[in-house]
Amino acid sequence: MVNKRYLARRFLLMVISIFTVATILFFLFRMVPGGPMSAIMSPRMTEAARQRVIENFGLNEPLWKQYLLYMWQLLHLNLGQSFYYGQTVKTLILDRFYNTMALMLTAFLISYTVGIYLGAQLGWIRGTSKERAGMLVVLLVRSTPVFWTGMIVLYVFAFKLNLFPLGGMRGVGAQYSGPVSKFLSVDFLYHLVLPVFTLCTYYTGLPLLLMRNNLLEVLSEDYIDTARAKGLTNRRILFRHAARNAVLPVVTAFAIAIGFAVGGQVLIETVFSWPGLGREMVKASLRSDYPVAQGAFLLLSTIVISMNFFADLAYTYLDPRVRLGGT
Amino acid sequence: MSGETSSSVAHSEGEPSQGWRRFFENLRNSAREQAHIFAQSRMAVAGLVILIFYVVIALISPYIVPYGPYERIYTDAGGWAKLQPPSLAHPLGTTESAYDVLSQLLLGARIAMFVGLLGAFMVAIIGTTVGLVAGYYGGWVDEIVMRIVDVLYGLPFIPFVIVLVTVLGASVWNIILGISLLYWLSTARVVRSEVLTVRERPYVEAAEAAGASDFRIMAVHILPNVIPLAALYAAIAVGYSIVAQASIAFLGFGDPTIPSWGVMLQRAFVTQSFGTAWWWVFPPGLSITMVVTGAYLVGRGYEEVVNPQLQEK
Repeated sequence: MVNKRYLARRFLLMVISIFTVATILFFLFRMVPGGPMSAIMSPRMTEAARQRVIENFGLNEPLWKQYLLYMWQLLHLNLGQSFYYGQTVKTLILDRFYNTMALMLTAFLISYTVGIYLGAQLGWIRGTSKERAGMLVVLLVRSTPVFWTGMIVLYVFAFKLNLFPLGGMRGVGAQYSGPVSKFLSVDFLYHLVLPVFTLCTYYTGLPLLLMRNNLLEVLSEDYIDTARAKGLTNRRILFRHAARNAVLPVVTAFAIAIGFAVGGQVLIETVFSWPGLGREMVKASLRSDYPVAQGAFLLLSTIVISMNFFADLAYTYLDPRVRLGGT
Repeated sequence: MSGETSSSVAHSEGEPSQGWRRFFENLRNSAREQAHIFAQSRMAVAGLVILIFYVVIALISPYIVPYGPYERIYTDAGGWAKLQPPSLAHPLGTTESAYDVLSQLLLGARIAMFVGLLGAFMVAIIGTTVGLVAGYYGGWVDEIVMRIVDVLYGLPFIPFVIVLVTVLGASVWNIILGISLLYWLSTARVVRSEVLTVRERPYVEAAEAAGASDFRIMAVHILPNVIPLAALYAAIAVGYSIVAQASIAFLGFGDPTIPSWGVMLQRAFVTQSFGTAWWWVFPPGLSITMVVTGAYLVGRGYEEVVNPQLQEK
């Protein structure tokens, strides 16, 4: 199994990371226009509510006490109240979190599968004009800003062809009995198509390029020559012998990919009016709903950090060489 | 005064400024060498042509634009000439607010190239310095620096810049600040691992034995070896920075008074005009794609020449 000391170290790093991010956020939001008060209190609050908030967040205390209190509240997952919705930030962002994950994980799964497959194929036909054309397409797609791709996709499939909805997550009048039926309903999947398609154009590039590069390295190994000499079919050599060994580093890149993914996610949620964390954060920042902006950022950051953690674990588990090293 | 210093450098061997002269000589020689290498890659030259094209547009656009970026165009009847399809007078049509698209597009190149080049410069400087110091000193310095890098990797870029802009105000400088704070991470990592191998080479040991200072070893003996790598990452950072700026502007956190490709797309999106006004939506997006591709080609083409292993593949 995975080295215990490594696991402990890696876990500690994750906790420190989240802690540091929370600290950076605390100090950044003390600097908002209008002072720290406006970061926590809505101008429309009643005097009694104002006093209660001052009490809760210790705004009349010195900065270090405020900081300790903030951390204490955070440990209890108390992120304050939204100015705009009047809900607690916790319930609000949890709801958005599921929507974000539904979109992101679907897109990720498809992109990784397609990317690894296409990358292997492109690596196999290296040096041909077909491969060069393929690489040019990949390069152009990767250079395209994802929100613009989203707009073009909407222009073609929603405005011109009228095939898919313009945005949002559910049709008018759609009702669900629970989260499971919601995420599996036809209506939901129908709304999912365009955002997932757009995100895939953005996500697929990284696994594809990595897979191709790794495959090129693997193809120069002796055992590939052996496989050829044995007279195996190309398909068998590629998928049974080469691709299996080339896929490992693509898994580690998962960590980097998630970091990128969150950025793309924010943009795509805005373009497709997807009620997720990213869009909520953008809207909250624009309407100075600081508790929500802060909470959404913290959660997005936590997604990145914990995904990094799991990617590292998966890597140690998959690659025995890392396990022996212990670091 | 300066004449004296230079002559004394020429005469005595052990003068400290000798190192500096050698450093700049090295730098000049390697720059010349690299330029020669660079010209061999068709990919890199093609990318460079694209970049230069947009830099030239950025420089001359204020003098050639037919209309001001926010100059309202009126129809003959006196109303706003809004959402006009391309015509002779307006080759790229007009926007929802009756502004000339072509003028905005040309002027938008200015902010894009500014952010792209300055962002890349910051990324290269910060990433190379951090990677160099961490890789050279090793030990606890390396440990601390790399842990900081690990922690910063946990900050998702676009949301982080949104926070920065919300707190510090919507300006291009804050976007560049965000780029400088977060985009150097992979450059630093790659430079560091390169430094780790370079510093084991015999001539570095020789320099150490000869009593060269740490700074001198880093600047004169190690830095020239990592410059190609830093250049590659800087080239890629040009593209990233431009996309970052456009994305932030698209989300509504850009400075709306300065015409930029991101703000153009944001307006087209917010007014929902992008469903009809293709002439307003395609040009800025294509321009971003072109510049980013160009920057990538420069970096990649150059790398393929520097690193012959890639060519064999």
